Amino acid sequence: MRFIDEYRDAGKARRLAAQIRELCEPGRQYTFMEVCGGHTHTIYKHGLEDYLPEAVTLVHGPGCPVCVIPMGRVDDAIAIARQPGVIMTSFGDMMRVPGGQGSFLDAKAAGADIRMVYSPLDALKIARTNPDRTVVFMAIGFETTAPSTAMTVLRAAAEGLANFFVFCNHVTIIPAIKAILDSPDQRLDGFIGPGHVSTVIGCRPYEFIASGYGKPLVCAGFEPLDVLQSVHMLLRQLAEGRAEVENQYTRVVPWEGNRKALEVISQVMEVRPYFEWRGLGFISQSALRMREAYAAHDAERLFEVPGVRVADPKACQCGEVLKGVLKPWECKVFGTACTPETPIGTCMVSSEGACAAYYNFGRFTRQRIKETSTT
Amino acid sequence: MCLGIPGEIIELLPGQTDLATVDVVGVRRAIHIGLLGEEGVRPGDWVLVHVGFAMSKIDEAEAAATLALLTGLGAAYTDELDALAESDIT
Repeated sequence: MRFIDEYRDAGKARRLAAQIRELCEPGRQYTFMEVCGGHTHTIYKHGLEDYLPEAVTLVHGPGCPVCVIPMGRVDDAIAIARQPGVIMTSFGDMMRVPGGQGSFLDAKAAGADIRMVYSPLDALKIARTNPDRTVVFMAIGFETTAPSTAMTVLRAAAEGLANFFVFCNHVTIIPAIKAILDSPDQRLDGFIGPGHVSTVIGCRPYEFIASGYGKPLVCAGFEPLDVLQSVHMLLRQLAEGRAEVENQYTRVVPWEGNRKALEVISQVMEVRPYFEWRGLGFISQSALRMREAYAAHDAERLFEVPGVRVADPKACQCGEVLKGVLKPWECKVFGTACTPETPIGTCMVSSEGACAAYYNFGRFTRQRIKETSTT
Repeated sequence: MCLGIPGEIIELLPGQTDLATVDVVGVRRAIHIGLLGEEGVRPGDWVLVHVGFAMSKIDEAEAAATLALLTGLGAAYTDELDALAESDIT
C-alpha cells in the first residue's frame, strides 16, 4: 500500500493545508472552480473543504457529461429508440436521465429495446450479431469518450456494418469554460483543470484562460493530495501575480495531449455551430457531430430527429449548480423532491454530478471530521 | 463512464487489430489499444481504460493509487466494474 500512502498521507495533507493558509492574503476571498465531476467526487468523499481555510471556496463546474445533456436530447433519443427494428444502446449513466417524456428506463419498460453497454464497441458487436436490426449508440461525453466513439465508427466503416449508427452528443470542454468565464455572475479566481479530458486535449487549449482572462488553471490529478496541491499552485500563482496554465498531473497528462485520439476525433467528427447544454442554454461551437464522410453511420441523418426543446423543470437549479453559482444543497429541491433514486435534475443522476456526490458523501463529511479530530 | 480504470495488459490478441486482454482487479476483458499512438503497449504495461479503450499509459504506482481511490467511491466504481465484466467486444 506504500504507493497509495504517498497520495493519502494525512500529515502531508495538513502541511499542505498550512502552506495554503500562508499563501492567502489576509481579508481576500478565493473561489476556484473544479471543472471535472471526478474532482467534485474526491472533494466530497475526502472532506477536502474541511482542510482548506475559510478564505478558499471550491465551486463545481460543468464537467459531468451526463449532467449537461438537455432534456430535449433525451426525448430525441427515445423517439429514435421507439422506431421499429431499433436497438438503442448507451452507457449505464444515461438510463435514469430524465427527459421531458421520461427516461430510457421508462421507455424500456414501455417496450423499447434499450440496452446498457460499457463501451461503444459493445454496441458495435450488438450490430454485428443482429444484422436485421438497426443499432444506435447514443454517444455522450467530453473529449475523454469522443475518441472511443470515433474509433468505433471507423471500425464500423471498415467492417461495412451498415446497421450501426451513432446519435452523437459529444461536447467539448473549452467552450463551456469560456461560457462560464463570460457569464456575468461568475467571480472565479482560477480553475482546477480536468485531469482525464486533459490526457486527450493536453494543456495548451487552456492558455486563453490565462492570457485572455488573467486566471490561472492547474490540471489536477484525482487523489486528495493532488487536489490540495493544485489549490496550492493556484494560490502561489496569484500571490506572485502570475496567471498561467500549470500541470500538476504530469504523471498522466502530457502537455501536448494524445495526438492520435485528437486525430481520430477530427477524422470522424466536426464542430456543430451550436448545441444546447442543460441548464447553460445554447453554447456556440461546443459540441461535435458526424462528418459527411461518415453519414452512413449518423443516426441524425437516418432518422427524423424531432429536435424538441424542453425547458428544465422550474424547481430544478442544475444550471446554477453547473455554473458554480449555487452549491448543491442550496438548490430548493436538493435531497427532498430530488434524490439519486428519483432525480429531477441531471446533477443528481450521475455519480459524478455535484448533487449526487454531495448527497452520497458530503453530508457525512463534517460528522466524520469531527469524529477523527476527537480520536 | 468518465472513470478511468487501471488495467494491466496481459496479451495482445492475435489476429485482432488493436485489441488486447487486460486484467482489471481480476476481471479479464478485451479492450482497444489503438488510441495510444506510436508508443503502443506490451504485456505488463499499465493503462487507464475509458469505456473499453486504453487512453493513456501509466506506471504501476499510479495504477495502485487510482485503484484505491476508485474502490473508495463504492457503487460508482462497482457499477463500472460490473459493466466492464459484461463487456465483450471481440
